[in-house]
Amino acid sequence: MEPLRMETENLTVHYGKSVGVRNVSLPVYDRKITALIGPSGCGKTTFLRALNRMHDLNPIVRIEGRVRLDGEDLYAPGVDPVAIRRRVGMVFQRPTPFPTMSIFENVVAGLRLVGVRDRERLMGVAERSLKAAALWDEVKDRLHEPAVGLSGGQQQRISIARALAVEPEVLLMDEPTSALDPISTQAIEDLLAGLKEQVTIVIVTHNMQQAARVSDYTAFFLNGDMIEFGPTERLFTNPSDPRTEAYITGRFG
Amino acid sequence: MRSRIYGKLGDRAFTALLVVLGLAVMLVAVLLAWELASGGAEAFRTFGFWGFASGSAWNAVAEQFGAWPFLLGTLITSAVALALAFLPALAAAIAIAEYAPRWLAEVVAYLIDLLAALPSVVYGLWGIFVLVPLVRDRIEQPLFLWSAEHAPALMGVLGPPTGIGMLSAVLVLALMIVPYASSLARDAIHMVPRDQREAMYALGATRWEVVRRVVLPYARGGIFAGVVLALARAIGETMAVTMLIGNSGQLPYSVFGPAATMASLIANEFAEAEGGLQLSSLLAVGFLLLLLSLAVNLIADFILRRMSVGEGRK
Repeated sequence: MEPLRMETENLTVHYGKSVGVRNVSLPVYDRKITALIGPSGCGKTTFLRALNRMHDLNPIVRIEGRVRLDGEDLYAPGVDPVAIRRRVGMVFQRPTPFPTMSIFENVVAGLRLVGVRDRERLMGVAERSLKAAALWDEVKDRLHEPAVGLSGGQQQRISIARALAVEPEVLLMDEPTSALDPISTQAIEDLLAGLKEQVTIVIVTHNMQQAARVSDYTAFFLNGDMIEFGPTERLFTNPSDPRTEAYITGRFG
Repeated sequence: MRSRIYGKLGDRAFTALLVVLGLAVMLVAVLLAWELASGGAEAFRTFGFWGFASGSAWNAVAEQFGAWPFLLGTLITSAVALALAFLPALAAAIAIAEYAPRWLAEVVAYLIDLLAALPSVVYGLWGIFVLVPLVRDRIEQPLFLWSAEHAPALMGVLGPPTGIGMLSAVLVLALMIVPYASSLARDAIHMVPRDQREAMYALGATRWEVVRRVVLPYARGGIFAGVVLALARAIGETMAVTMLIGNSGQLPYSVFGPAATMASLIANEFAEAEGGLQLSSLLAVGFLLLLLSLAVNLIADFILRRMSVGEGRK
């Protein structure tokens, strides 16, 4: 049995009166890549955002059930969502460089939050994070230029480097390549394999081939329910639920 | 085919109409400047342009006119009013856009916008009946009495404690320009994309850290635009200032003493001007006021182009 890093137990997310995700129990294994797949509106992004308490920002959302990180319940009373988000980082669908900051300041933005001022340490972290995001060679000579001058693919790798710089235990990625061209997508898929040596990854994708290529485990969502979970190879070659089979063979979605 | 011809004709007619109306607006502005300049020509000829702008005497009897005390009065009152108004305006904008529950935000935003809709003569009256006695009894009188006992030399600088003067004018002016600075800042803060905020939250930022590191930098162009609008408003404000500032043609020597601004001078003297050089001098002051406003707007536009972020970038 693989060691667990996170798990959810009967997680339900309500949006006002409607339900986004229903009763999902999912294990997230340490230093593996778990992919969440399913058609648009199936609840995979809603589920992902429950894993670092991003739903707290939306007052109409209500969460039931448990989300555990290293055994502790993230939604237990007294848990600080700010502290959770430092341990569970997130990369969004669209690249989100901070437009008033340089490349360097973007990458170290999370360290600035915790008051790190030491120039050498910041530079060390920036270099390490940019290398991990496979961007160092492209930007090392212009670290102090605005990050918005970079291409979309580079901006997304800035977002990844920024998330990695605070050394999260888990990295959540919400369709990180859906706004990118094929070459940038390739670059990001290539770096995922290396990243999982340091960090546990949960990635939402609408692209089944991507899930099959990069992930170790896959969960299939449909209409707010998790239909099936298993090792990626098994789920794609021998799905146990007919709906999973219908989806991965392209009959809907 | 018919409809296409009609469409083309309609397009051309509409374009022509727009061009004519647009040029008419520009023509009015040019004519306005021309009218002020030609009306003030006599004063500029008599004292010279710089002589008039830097002259510090304003004496209708001796026919000596210089705009410097009023130029200075305008610059000081508007700059101080802006300095006083900026932080409260920004704080209100942040509170409304980021912190307050929606119903409260709407009420407060409405009230602040209402401040902009009040006629300035109402501010003037409020100033005379509420603020001036307050300034006189709570600030100027105690200061005056204190200096009478401990530092008699100060008394001349302080002047008699009347409450009428630059301090009251500046306080009312600050109140009047808060809504201008605040509502543009509020709009700019609202326009910061959600994904920018979420990206900072996802790094483990608190709400204040998100405001400080993402929202304010992103919105700085709009915030600055609000500052410029407020400053322009302060420079041109006439009625309330005229009612409160004391209308002294001397160089402003203390924040408590009476002074005058360019706008208040014109409002105050225009009706009684004897004609000739005095009238020309008032028009010349009007022309200088126009130049000042123009300069403020040009400088602001220059800075704004460098500050704007995202969609607002030019």
